[in-house]
Amino acid sequence: MATKVHMEALSPTMEEGRLVKWTKHEGDAVKSGDTLAEVETDKAIMELVARADGQLIKVVVPEGSTVPVGNVVAWIGKPGEKVDGDGAVAPAAKSAPATPAKAPPAPQPTTAPTASIAPADATRVKASPLAKRIAREAGVDLKLVQGSGPGGRVIKRDVEGAPVAKTTAAAPAAVPRATPDVRRTGVPYEDVPLTQIRKTIAKRLAASIGPVPHFFLTTEIDMERAAEAREALNKQLDEEGGKISFNDIIIKAVALALVRHRACNAWFQEDHIRYWNEVHIGMAVAIEDGLITPVIRNADMKSLREIGAEARDLAGKARSRRLKPEEYTGSTFSVSNLGMFDIDQFTAVINPPEAGIVAIGTIMPKAVPDGDRVSVRKRLRVTMSCDHRVIDGATGAAFLKTLKQMLENPLAMLL
Amino acid sequence: MATLTYRDALNQALREEMQRDPNVFLMGEEVGVYQGAYKVSRGLLEEFGPQRVVDTPIAELGFAGIGVGAAMGGLRPVIEFMTWNFAVLALDQIVNSAAKMLYMSGGQIPMPIVFRGPNGAALQLSSQHSQAWESWLSHIPGLKVVAPATPADAKGLLKSAIRDNNPVIVLEGEMLYNLKGDVPDSEHIVPIGRADIKREGSDVTLVCHSKTLSVAVKAAEQLAEQNVSAEVLDLRSLRPLDEAAILESVTKTNRAVVVEEGWPHSGIGAQIVDLIQRDAFDELDAPVLRVTQADVPMPYNKVLERAAKASPEKVVAAARRVLYLE
Repeated sequence: MATKVHMEALSPTMEEGRLVKWTKHEGDAVKSGDTLAEVETDKAIMELVARADGQLIKVVVPEGSTVPVGNVVAWIGKPGEKVDGDGAVAPAAKSAPATPAKAPPAPQPTTAPTASIAPADATRVKASPLAKRIAREAGVDLKLVQGSGPGGRVIKRDVEGAPVAKTTAAAPAAVPRATPDVRRTGVPYEDVPLTQIRKTIAKRLAASIGPVPHFFLTTEIDMERAAEAREALNKQLDEEGGKISFNDIIIKAVALALVRHRACNAWFQEDHIRYWNEVHIGMAVAIEDGLITPVIRNADMKSLREIGAEARDLAGKARSRRLKPEEYTGSTFSVSNLGMFDIDQFTAVINPPEAGIVAIGTIMPKAVPDGDRVSVRKRLRVTMSCDHRVIDGATGAAFLKTLKQMLENPLAMLL
Repeated sequence: MATLTYRDALNQALREEMQRDPNVFLMGEEVGVYQGAYKVSRGLLEEFGPQRVVDTPIAELGFAGIGVGAAMGGLRPVIEFMTWNFAVLALDQIVNSAAKMLYMSGGQIPMPIVFRGPNGAALQLSSQHSQAWESWLSHIPGLKVVAPATPADAKGLLKSAIRDNNPVIVLEGEMLYNLKGDVPDSEHIVPIGRADIKREGSDVTLVCHSKTLSVAVKAAEQLAEQNVSAEVLDLRSLRPLDEAAILESVTKTNRAVVVEEGWPHSGIGAQIVDLIQRDAFDELDAPVLRVTQADVPMPYNKVLERAAKASPEKVVAAARRVLYLE
């Protein structure tokens, strides 16, 4: 009996995947665990692995096609084994044999499944009604949750901590990207279908700025002493390798400030607020056609060097789109830094269900009153976006004050 | 607030209602001269005389029928059965006459009658005298059924029952008559159809009534030692059921265990489970479990009898299962 290879949900939010490349081909021997193909999910390019031993006897989905999660993409079986049809769930009326007594129709030639094919849910998840409701409301994919109830039943406690993502209907396949600059080609515009990641960004950010009541707090921070500290540290690190950036210092300061202001280290959960006792900082990283927020876990407990190394590693993986789901989910607060783009200040959209994000502008010299004189100092504008359902004005302001104190006097981080 | 036994709380309710309304009268075996098999009617013959406190022969169908006739004629009879095990003989009058009269007279003949007496098992009375009849009685449209668990509820519900213009079944308990509790001094009425949270909790709802209240409360105490917060919901009325209270509690706790004295098959708990799964489906984190009497005639043997009854240990075990702690 041949085994179906399904399009698997390779990220918490994935509803469909684009088959980028087959790494095994029809006729190749495969072992369980072997990589069969590379699949572009809404977040990254992931590997689809074999779940059975045998020969890849049939490839159903050609490279470049996008198929819903659960659809059959290939078959693994014994050499020479025949498989019935293409395995995809076709509309019932499509080619129903008029005379049932006839032999089954011959295997159809390989065809790319079209968008009209209904997603076939390959795996039924057993979950309590409550767990299903919570998952539905929070946008948790139950397929990715480990059930702790009898027979693997997903129960309330299993979904409460699960990664959150919003889901909506599927859309057509991803194709070429728009060129970055305007060219007078005679065609007034070019319609570019949304890539998987662009779709996810659209869904998630629309789900944020719409229902989440944002408000914004801006403060200007004197970065002279942070700059001095950074210079001194980097002088020492020159010999050991690995430099510390302002971003690392800011992430560390945000994490430590959150430790003192748990009211801002929280998730809004519809009927409750989850205050986190761990500090996981999401770090917005711009990538070629979007952005993603890899997570520096327990950033409050890590040294600047550790944060720096981790941030570089995660940003690199993000740009090559090799982040694993566990590397970009579960943050409790986020930092978005546009300092390198000469931005004075900006407001960032909250990454739900988090309750806050700080937007970091560019450190620039400014003339500031200094007693009777005016001196030029390195100044940084930081804007915090708060979810008013969780954080009130004074709460956010108190957090920002602590953050400001830490950055203006880096020794305060040692307190 | 006075501390009264369940027995005296019922006695107060009867006395106050008989003082209040001359149409109210009590009838049954040994209710007069002997002052009641369980002394619920103590002093009533002396105060109200033989016209209103009527001793009957051992003929349940007969005096239940006289009660129905009296209610048709405009009186408000309270019919005492020595136990509900004996009242089975009177079921034809209760089910076919009392419960149907208003309906079959096209709304012309109300039936303000109360049938009351001890229900369920006491101690070692064996299988014929240890039965819980609530699922039989609450099955019948046209009857209201209440099962108070505390002296205050006994007084308040019996008064509501006597004032109700429909036949009301009051299920008491031989093992409850000596139970003491605070009863408000002034006019104390408990509306029919209203459940009561006897203990608040957040992790699991223990639904109970009558004697199983004490079982549920003990279970909740044991669960508290295991850091489980159990809510104890006393139904008080079995028909009509306080569906909103049950759903509200289950919505809060997401889990329920239903405890009852009767047998499992077609029991009260089955009705509660039906309600919860239908109207609180999306709130449930686990199947609702039931703790009932074992599905056998009640044994006479003391050890077997104890084993057959619902117990705090069984409730704790069921609660731990719905909490996935087992």
